[in-house]
Amino acid sequence: MATPKSSDVLGHVTLVTGPEEFLNERAVSQALQAVRHADEESEVSETTADQLSMGTLADLAAPSLFSTIRVVVVRGLEDLPEDTHEGLLQYAASPADDVGLVLLHSGGQKGSGLLNKLRKLKTVTEVKSAALKAHEYPRYVSGEVRSHGGRIAEDAAEILVQAVGQDLRALAGAAHQLAHDFTGEPLTAEVVKRYFGGRAEVKGFAVADHAIYGRTATALEELRWALDNGTAPVLVTSAFASGLRGLAKYKAASRGLREADLAREVGVPPWKLRTLREQSRGWEDGGIVRAIHAVAQADADVKGAASDAAYALERLVITVSESRIQR
Amino acid sequence: MTTSPARVSGPAPGTGSVWDGLVGQSAAIETLRRAVAGQGMTHAWLFTGPPGSGRSNAALAFAAALQCEQGGCGHCLACTTALAGSHADVSVTRTDRAVIQVGGMRELVLRSALAPVGHRWQVMVVEDADRLNDSSGNALLKAIEEPTARTVWLLCAPTVEDVLPTIRSRCRNVVLATPSTADVADFLVRRNGVPDGIAAFAARASQGHIGRARALALDEKTRNRRHEVVSIPSGLTSLGACMNAAANLVDLAKDETEAITEATNDREKLELEAVYGSDPKAKRSRAYRAALGSLTDSQKQRARRRTLDVVDRCLMDLLSVYRDAIAVQTGAPGELVNEELRAEISTLARRSTPEQNLRRIDAIFAAREKMLEFTVPPLLALESMMLSLRI
Repeated sequence: MATPKSSDVLGHVTLVTGPEEFLNERAVSQALQAVRHADEESEVSETTADQLSMGTLADLAAPSLFSTIRVVVVRGLEDLPEDTHEGLLQYAASPADDVGLVLLHSGGQKGSGLLNKLRKLKTVTEVKSAALKAHEYPRYVSGEVRSHGGRIAEDAAEILVQAVGQDLRALAGAAHQLAHDFTGEPLTAEVVKRYFGGRAEVKGFAVADHAIYGRTATALEELRWALDNGTAPVLVTSAFASGLRGLAKYKAASRGLREADLAREVGVPPWKLRTLREQSRGWEDGGIVRAIHAVAQADADVKGAASDAAYALERLVITVSESRIQR
Repeated sequence: MTTSPARVSGPAPGTGSVWDGLVGQSAAIETLRRAVAGQGMTHAWLFTGPPGSGRSNAALAFAAALQCEQGGCGHCLACTTALAGSHADVSVTRTDRAVIQVGGMRELVLRSALAPVGHRWQVMVVEDADRLNDSSGNALLKAIEEPTARTVWLLCAPTVEDVLPTIRSRCRNVVLATPSTADVADFLVRRNGVPDGIAAFAARASQGHIGRARALALDEKTRNRRHEVVSIPSGLTSLGACMNAAANLVDLAKDETEAITEATNDREKLELEAVYGSDPKAKRSRAYRAALGSLTDSQKQRARRRTLDVVDRCLMDLLSVYRDAIAVQTGAPGELVNEELRAEISTLARRSTPEQNLRRIDAIFAAREKMLEFTVPPLLALESMMLSLRI
């Protein structure tokens, strides 16, 4: 996104749309900065659209005693009352030269009619934020680092996303910190690990996998991370259930099947078979039975049969990893 | 309240009267007939009895008898409309949701205060009174506390503990018994013209649940599905077999649920479309999408509950196998529930101890509690259970 100049904001309408609240905020602050850069005396007023009537808009846009240049930020455009639409469109078609109007819309269906009309106007520039897909986060990180004048290796960006999670604000903060602590040198995976090691966004599946491999300590550690990061306890138990289900079916499946048939029989994607093969070496039928009982009990426990979900899950992790063949 | 065994007027059971639909409930029928004749009549009744004993049928029959000039002849307009659920002074509330909401209850209370259209009673039947929650229960309580002269409330619940104590104490309780196998078989032959052999089987297999017995007697698919379920125990020889049995049982329940709900779901969707019109613009409207969303939600909820009901029934069938095994092991007199599986059950009995089978029954109840009480996914609960049933 190109940084706007003050001439892009003043005498224009900046329309910020999209679901990513953080990116929207940034677009607003960039617009404000541009104007302030041009005139330090400029004034900013903020309001929400549901408070807005034509009278208040005129009021906000009127030159003040101290400064002629003003920026008006209107949040929650989707809540703009129907009878104000016409007035706003009229203003947007010929905005005052010394006033920059910034409109924020959170990207839903609501008020999309108004948006379409606004988009048709020449004076309106739109800044769109789209929700990022999982694979786009590393690119977002490297963009962030570059904006601070640094460089980051591709794998390092990926590690950072895994470590910090998919919160854009946190990612931007991390990128900012790294870029300023290591000015002039490229950010490598090693550097990222040193700063953000261990604090991964853990999914229930990771916990279950570690426990099934018998790595009790790692599994418990991951479980704590998962719960601290707000992973729902049910997701952990369901990950255990599907992991052990796959394991049981893999053990029970007849030998000598082709990979594809085996995957179908077990009910997992073919790439999962390798993991199952490794995991199954440490398991006997009796242990699997014990582990599945423990999962069913833990699932009931986290849904109200016991008072402490975290304890129930810890006990589950320990029971499952101890149900492996002990060497 | 007089309970002296005076002569009771009105038609007796077995003469085509409204009481004929009730199986093995002579004691309860006697009480109700007396009440119709004016002895011990009161404004609120609570029908309790195990599932399938005919609580709501008993309530409906009582309603019909109250509306009938002859006290329940079973032929007149009052009787037939009351039994069919279309009598103006008999309102029947049933729900396929988990709870009866307070809004619906308040409407019902309002309606109960109206004078009857005919000259007899305003009868309010609430099936599933056990699904009243605190607020809807208390709304009902208000109406029962200060009854209108011509209003009668008939509540149905599995046990008296299922309704609020304050409601319970204001109702006269009618306890229905589990009908005996002979009663059920006789009923199937008499009412549905089922051949003796099948009727006997259905009566045994249903363990006194009349609706279930009728389904088993009349529908071959239901019989086959039951056979599949009761054949499970002897096949649970390995880890893989247990896991597959659990998955199959869940699939079976889902299939059966779909077969039941699909037609209703489609009809409801068509009705919704009829309300909003088939115009594509109307279909894009927010109101239509919101209505469609909430409809789909409630359909899903209903399907989930149905699946649970079906699984629950399968578990009871499964349990009967272990019950039989213990009966064989201890040499208990009487027929087996699954008489036709005697060979398999004897094998099971030889290879296990009664303690083991009791523990298996415990595992079935534990799985049931996990599913119904704590909403553990059926597949997981059943896997854990099947592994406990492993031979």
